[in-house]
Amino acid sequence: METNTNIPQNENTQTSQKIKMECKNVDLFYDKFQALKNVNIEITENRIMSFIGPSGCGKSTLLRSLNRMNDLVEGCTITGEIHLDGQNIYSPQTDVNNLRKRVGMVFQKPNPFPMSVFDNVAYGPRTHGVHNRSELNNIVEKSLRNAAIWDELKDRLHKNALGLSGGQQQRLCIARALAVEPDVLLMDEATSALDPLSTSKIEDLVIELKKNYTICMVTHNMQQALRISDDTAFFLLGEIIEIGKTKELFTTPKDKRTENYITGRFG
Amino acid sequence: MRVHFTQQLDELNKLLIEMGALTEEAIDNAIKALNDHDVDLAKKTIKGDGQINHYSRVIESKCLDLVLQQQPVASDFRFISSALKMVYDIERIGDMAADISEIVVYISKKKYTVSNQIKQMAAETKKMVHDSIDAYVNKDVEAARAVIAYDDIVDDLLLDIKKELTKEIKKETEGVSQVLDKLMIAKYFERIGDHAVNIGEWVEYAVTGIYKGDY
Amino acid sequence: MKNKPLNKRDLSISTILYRIFTFLGIALTILVIVSIIGYILITGIPNLSADIFAWEYNSDNGSMMPAIINTVIVVLLSLIVAVPLGVGSAVYLCEYAKTGNPLVKVVRLTTETLSGIPSIVYGLFGSLFFVRFCGFGLSIISGALTLAIMILPIIMRTTEEALLMVPIGYKEGSYGLGAGKLRTVSKIIIPSAMPGILSGILLGTGRIVGETVALLFTAGSVAAIAADITKSGRTLSVHMYALSNEGLHIPKAQATAVVLLVIVVLLNGLSAVVAGKLTKSKDKESK
Repeated sequence: METNTNIPQNENTQTSQKIKMECKNVDLFYDKFQALKNVNIEITENRIMSFIGPSGCGKSTLLRSLNRMNDLVEGCTITGEIHLDGQNIYSPQTDVNNLRKRVGMVFQKPNPFPMSVFDNVAYGPRTHGVHNRSELNNIVEKSLRNAAIWDELKDRLHKNALGLSGGQQQRLCIARALAVEPDVLLMDEATSALDPLSTSKIEDLVIELKKNYTICMVTHNMQQALRISDDTAFFLLGEIIEIGKTKELFTTPKDKRTENYITGRFG
Repeated sequence: MRVHFTQQLDELNKLLIEMGALTEEAIDNAIKALNDHDVDLAKKTIKGDGQINHYSRVIESKCLDLVLQQQPVASDFRFISSALKMVYDIERIGDMAADISEIVVYISKKKYTVSNQIKQMAAETKKMVHDSIDAYVNKDVEAARAVIAYDDIVDDLLLDIKKELTKEIKKETEGVSQVLDKLMIAKYFERIGDHAVNIGEWVEYAVTGIYKGDY
Repeated sequence: MKNKPLNKRDLSISTILYRIFTFLGIALTILVIVSIIGYILITGIPNLSADIFAWEYNSDNGSMMPAIINTVIVVLLSLIVAVPLGVGSAVYLCEYAKTGNPLVKVVRLTTETLSGIPSIVYGLFGSLFFVRFCGFGLSIISGALTLAIMILPIIMRTTEEALLMVPIGYKEGSYGLGAGKLRTVSKIIIPSAMPGILSGILLGTGRIVGETVALLFTAGSVAAIAADITKSGRTLSVHMYALSNEGLHIPKAQATAVVLLVIVVLLNGLSAVVAGKLTKSKDKESK
């Protein structure tokens, strides 16, 4: 721990510090229930941010607010501002479909559509107006390669995606999300339904994707947050209790509630 | 509330206290043997070091088990990693007590006197070892810092002893080899103090997350 | 507590009674089905002859060919009206209407009530509304429209159930990629619900094929191929009813029953095959 300049440092020496997404005084209600209380958070480009906290603490809610998936929930109202590249995504001028193209999402349960592998990946590009066959071929191959599943699936492109294993399905869903070339990738407990080997494959993939995307993930697995994320935010009862570099938060949390939660002495 | 984990941590603390008590006793016996020209006690102390080494291995493997099984984070992580580092320092303190005892065995046949400063040094370092382990068990960062600060007193004592022994050599009241042996003994005590300081620093890290004031 | 030996089965009185009752239930059900089918086949097959499939009906041959063709026309017409309406309103109710919307409650209540109404009531309504008020007269179109109303609740409810069964993950996945509502509904939700929708359609078809009384009042019972949809015509069931009602052509009616039975069995088989094919293509490799 001597700070000698010749010794390689453990700290993440990321140069880019551009803020990709930012929440300002976000309050969110499901009818009368307040699910988020004055949330302020900055998500830095090309880093992995993880949200941790007990069930029902609002971490998934915030994640789903980042691409307005909460719009689908009836009775959900949100105040405050969420910015993507400095633009408020909740302003009336925002095209929600375009927002979701730029802020992709991978869900807890792998949810490939009941169609072929190819059509799954091509669904997004087709939605956004790409119909040229060779262009689609390129996009599908590139996306599957980026999701580290091309070699496994290149001979099964026209087989039904529901026949894949859970881990393959989830990587396919990542490829599907990548196919529309988002800037930000949201992952909602994306490995919680998978076996350890598939989980570690996806973790490796996420670290790799960090180079080109900004990633924000919800996880119940604190070791996972520790393994792959650069920054961590701890939620409790709809509030962000503590936010900081993952390594610091997990070795020297500043708030007693964070300490109690991550050491398993919660409540 | 992770009952089992808490029990395992308590057990680790208990082992560290026992190991600390053994090393304190070893320091005590070493100085007593030196005072009383007691070869038997010195030999017993040397033999006793084996038990201290055994403790260090047990504690080390307990810490590694905890890391493997519980994947500790935050204060748990800091306490367990501190324990892992501390146990090395405690084990070294035990070695020093044994080294002192070996010198005692070697010079006990000869004529020599033990100055009050050496006795004082033994008492001070024993107190440092005791306080540092207490600080760990009680998660008491103030006590740990006190141990770290206390090292200056022991260092000063070593300088005093060095001057004293230089005088003895000039006066030729004792054989030169006895005087050198006594200097070695004093140096060993000073090293014991240093290890107690290390323990204090690990306690400070465990409690605050800050190691030697950096990062 | 002592462990019981693994090989000994404990047969209590209730277990034995339970077995007897379930066995009796199965036996009775099979008996009823077998005797009905057996009766139809035994009495009907000897009466099957070439002349009952003649293109023209006359009182001698008692041909059912015109009735078969009328049946097909009525089925197609009814489905053309009922399927888009039924599927469309089900999609609206499930995907577009907000929960708690009073319209949804009204529509649900209405469909439930409609599905419980006896077919004679539909027949009377059709006769008053389509035949008289709209002036369609006793015609294929009156009959088809009446039957369309009758099967609308069936198609709506089965479609709704099928839509509700579509995993929420499909919708989220589609919306999450930036697809709009229309695209999500048309490309993801409806295709996923297709087996359910089809089974609803086939169920409706079955009801049309088997319907008599509502058609008697609306489509009439002319025993000829309807030249156009404004002409009256009898379907197979009506044909059979008419034959047996007249009391002169009982053997012909028995032969018609065989044909009707075959058609119903074919329809059921078809629905099973279609639904099976659609679901199979989904989990073809799910092993």
